[in-house]
Amino acid sequence: MDTSIAVTNKAGDKPTRVRRESSLSRLLPSRSAKLIVGLIIAGVIILWGIVGPLLVGDPHAISTDAFAPPGPNHWLGTTQTGQDVWTQVAYGTRGSLIIGFVVGILATVLSAFFGVLGAYIGGAVDEGFALFTNVALVIPGLPLVIVIGNYVPQNQRGLFLIAVVLAITSWAGSARVLRSVTLSLRNRDYVSASRVSGEKTWRVLVVEILPNLIPVMASQFVFAIIFAILGEAGLSFLGLGASNTFTLGTILFQAYNDLALTQGAWWWFVPPGLVIALFGCALSLINFSIDEIINPKLRNQTRAARKAWGLTAEQIKRLEKEDVK
Amino acid sequence: MTTLEFRNVVKRYKVRGAGRSNELLAVNDVSFTLESGKTIALVGQSGSGKSTIAKLLLQLERPSSGQILLDGRPIRHRGKGLRDYRHQVQMVFQDPFASLNPYHTIAHHLARPLRLHGRARTRDQLEAGVARLLERVRLTPTGEYANKHPHELSGGQRQRVAIARALAPEPTMLIADEPVSMLDVSIRLGVLNLLAGLQREENLGVLYITHDLATARHFSDEILVMYKGQIVERGPADDVILHPQHEYTKLLAAAAPNPELRLQQLAGA
Ligand SMILES: Nc1ncnc2c1ncn2[C@@H]1O[C@H](COP(=O)(O)OP(=O)(O)OP(=O)(O)O)[C@@H](O)[C@H]1O
Ligand SMILES: [Mg+2]
Repeated sequence: MDTSIAVTNKAGDKPTRVRRESSLSRLLPSRSAKLIVGLIIAGVIILWGIVGPLLVGDPHAISTDAFAPPGPNHWLGTTQTGQDVWTQVAYGTRGSLIIGFVVGILATVLSAFFGVLGAYIGGAVDEGFALFTNVALVIPGLPLVIVIGNYVPQNQRGLFLIAVVLAITSWAGSARVLRSVTLSLRNRDYVSASRVSGEKTWRVLVVEILPNLIPVMASQFVFAIIFAILGEAGLSFLGLGASNTFTLGTILFQAYNDLALTQGAWWWFVPPGLVIALFGCALSLINFSIDEIINPKLRNQTRAARKAWGLTAEQIKRLEKEDVK
Repeated sequence: MTTLEFRNVVKRYKVRGAGRSNELLAVNDVSFTLESGKTIALVGQSGSGKSTIAKLLLQLERPSSGQILLDGRPIRHRGKGLRDYRHQVQMVFQDPFASLNPYHTIAHHLARPLRLHGRARTRDQLEAGVARLLERVRLTPTGEYANKHPHELSGGQRQRVAIARALAPEPTMLIADEPVSMLDVSIRLGVLNLLAGLQREENLGVLYITHDLATARHFSDEILVMYKGQIVERGPADDVILHPQHEYTKLLAAAAPNPELRLQQLAGA
């Protein structure tokens, strides 16, 4: 996946260098507005989720000031029981982020284990893992979650349990993608070449194959976070969320239950909704720019641009063939 | 003197066709011996089994039957025996755009085999080893090339890196599978001359796999002609080209009417 290419001159053997980059910077798209906007929004929200709860008071504290609109005492108004919405949103953001990252990490680990390892080992292991992945893929997520939610008593339904349930129902799709990418990578000549050099099997996987999977896995990690935060919000809204913990979903659930809508208390449900929407947008923007690295077709490398670098028709054709791979 | 012998080697692939599974005889009862200091050219049309022979020699595939012998002893498939084998037999792949990992620097590609085969241990030794290898394939200044990534090099330069990597373990046998077919015509001869020079210096045994009769004749002592998995003709290079016996070789020779002229064209380009 070249982000730049060496332009060959007439003599053929001495290229004029276009650009030099380190391994890491080659994984990042160059100065993409999408990426920067996404990183800034996500960064602000994450920072808010970490710092916010430290600055505000007790989110459970009730007062007589019920359904107060936003004002100097309560920046985002109060709830039916006079709780401060600003305080709740701070805790809720932290709760949702924790769910998001725990699910992101768990789903990535699971999909890497079943997708990459199976495809790399091949044979019966691959077939077993692929079968298991396909079974996991068709398990209907929501009903499973509802069953588990009903089975586990409410006071034991913590943040971590919800995260595990969401991770279990979300890793399989990524695993399938990773499997097919790994199957194609492990047949590349450079993998055979490192085996011929005498590289150990596990090192071939870790040093030669895994780095080339990083962009795909990063994109899947980001997607898993979006999925988890939205999924948790959905579960909470159905009353199946984590108990005793604030998440953006549980705030929305409370607001809905306590008739915030009919009371016209928009300040109760708009802020948590907005945080979810903004964070989802930001992560999607980041994901789009990662996609541009993975899929060169989306990249700004058109025929015209390549001609301008002085490539011959043959070289352009070859590059286009590489793109299709 | 080292010898690498292919004795009655057969390689079958299972191919899954529409519904039924078939067997494909990629290599059918092939025998030959590579000797250090000699170059054997393996020519044949696409799909005749040339790359399969390379893969078998490199232990990337196992023969279905038959034996591969190094210095008269059957080769080992695992552990120290395999490492010793890789020490002796190395390969240059056909496509230099595919045989180098886009993620890693040139230095990584050369330092790994140096370290794996105990040619260098400390950082300084590795750096010196990489520089020495790059110098041998005429990629200077070496410091500049070492830190580049494959995509920053031309096809010819990449193939030189691939040759350097194959030389790193200091092998006695080199398998070159169509080492120049992906390169621009104008730089092919440069790479082939480099290979020939290294072969003389190191007294390597070389298996040169190619489609091109002209370079096969010029660079090798002996030619094996492959057709549908079998060797249909073999002999000293000039004999095979000038007095082809088998129908298929005649066809090949006729398709490239004047090898001498073609070589001059290559050199002149
Ligand atoms: N892994 C495999 N599975 C099934 N069939 C294979 C496999 N590898 C090679 N073959 C088949 O074996 C035959 C010989 O292939 P091989 O790659 O050795 O040909 P070749 O002489 O190197 O051709 P070329 O000149 O195009 O490189 C072909 O018919 C090919 O389709
Ligand atoms: Mg081949």
